Amino acid sequence: MKVLVPVKRVVDYNVKIRVKADRSGVDIANVKMSMNPFDEIACEQAIRLKEAGVATEIIAVSAGEPKAQETLRTALAMGADRAILIESTDELQPLAVAKLLAAIVKKEDPQLVLMGKQAIDDDSNQTGQMLAALLGWPQATFVSRLTVADGQAEAGREVDEGIQTIAVKLPAVLTVDLRLNEPRYASLPNIMKAKKKPLDVVKPADLGVDVAPRLQYVQVEEPSARKAGVKVGSVQELVQKLKTEAGVL
Amino acid sequence: MSVLVVAELDGGAVAKASLAAITAAGQLGGDVDLLVMGSGVDGSAAGKVAGVRKVLVADAAHLAHPSAEDAAALLVQLAPAYDHLVAASTSFGKNVMPRAAALLDIAQVSDVIEVLGPDRFKRFIYAGNALATVVSTDAKRVLTIRPTAFAPAAAEGGSASVEPVDLPAPSDLSSFVGQEVSQSERPELTSARVVVSGGRGMGSGENFKLLDELADVLGAAVGASRAAVDAGFVPNDFQVGQTGKIVAPDLYVAVGISGAIQHLAGMKDSKVIVAINKDEEAPMFQVADYGLVGDLFKLIPELTQELKRAKSS
Repeated sequence: MKVLVPVKRVVDYNVKIRVKADRSGVDIANVKMSMNPFDEIACEQAIRLKEAGVATEIIAVSAGEPKAQETLRTALAMGADRAILIESTDELQPLAVAKLLAAIVKKEDPQLVLMGKQAIDDDSNQTGQMLAALLGWPQATFVSRLTVADGQAEAGREVDEGIQTIAVKLPAVLTVDLRLNEPRYASLPNIMKAKKKPLDVVKPADLGVDVAPRLQYVQVEEPSARKAGVKVGSVQELVQKLKTEAGVL
Repeated sequence: MSVLVVAELDGGAVAKASLAAITAAGQLGGDVDLLVMGSGVDGSAAGKVAGVRKVLVADAAHLAHPSAEDAAALLVQLAPAYDHLVAASTSFGKNVMPRAAALLDIAQVSDVIEVLGPDRFKRFIYAGNALATVVSTDAKRVLTIRPTAFAPAAAEGGSASVEPVDLPAPSDLSSFVGQEVSQSERPELTSARVVVSGGRGMGSGENFKLLDELADVLGAAVGASRAAVDAGFVPNDFQVGQTGKIVAPDLYVAVGISGAIQHLAGMKDSKVIVAINKDEEAPMFQVADYGLVGDLFKLIPELTQELKRAKSS
């Protein structure tokens, strides 16, 4: 069974981003970029499925600028078998990415797409659901437990009330949540080996997909900061202030 | 112009998050209709919500725990009559709405915190570290809205008409297996007026009992930082933060939480924030209205006692 793992190159989660002075966006020049952490978890899960003999081949795919090749090499170093970059310097929004991925799925015919539940840059939480819709496949989102057997996936989903378990028929799209696993670090020998693994580059036009953005991010600003508060000296003083000053008791 | 809001029910009543979505929908301009889904549901409670024109009821056995496939198919069927499809960004809304949006070839705007016009919205990006103004160029719009950013609509006072809807054929691609609901006597985290949260500083799951006692006095929900969840102190549904739940209570008490960016993203819109931490350099103090530096194992029992005393006096 082939597993497709879409991965996104994003600003590293430890970087404190800065909004550009002209409010045109976030300054990502010269900041550390990494694989979206949720996608790392998806990649790890695909590798575990392969180690368990369930998956036979793992294909990592990314959409974005040429430097996204680095992110794909990371996936290859973790254990993916080959990679595809859908190269574009245009702004790619979730619906466009879902269409690009759907085109790749039609070529590659995987039984499972495993991807992060959201990217930590635009925080949209859409692409997996959209891909499932475009393919007419079932979806299991926010997955933190997973078993794949007998042509179906049984997934424990992180929902607001607790954990919901659903069974979806394969082929399916699964989006993963934090607690599914702890991703491995790539070893140096594997990083070296990854450089020799196949990485194909295609263009959105080759896939026949119109990626023109439908949403315009017309302004990006700093959120209003909270004003610094006061330190209180004792529990008594705290309760007093909450009662009289803040009025929340 | 008209708006369809997917309203989730909570024990028969419209859930608070959905009431907030109804408020947001009202700001888009036009009539507001509700869609309720379930097995054995009726639209009576939804019909009483102020400002609602019509309630559409999808009542069928297979909708007891509606799958994304069935819910999205229903929305697509209803979409021609509406300019906007709206849901709260709950786990249900986040699961269903993008699927419906893609089927309709619409780019969704997720987790809207402010409605500036029918096609213009504000939403956070980068875990709340930047605030974007987004314009949708699609002919119709699909939105999820952040419930804590809008006041809930009044649950009483309306008199909407209630009518059943024809349902598309059920999908057999996905089936419900079960649900483990976290049992708690406490208010729900995202709708509680007061939240008491613990971090890695709590040291163990056992020590969260201290927070339970404090929460009991305050009538509060108990939350946790991702660090406390990762350390295995409490289950993930306690998690407040960018990767957990977004809360904005009247009072948020952060105990032994250093204040990582991703945690702040989940609670910084709280009205009043109290930080209790032994490390006076903890970033949490920079967003807290009231900070108390010291040993939480001494301070929390003291605070619980003091609040009991303040209550009875």
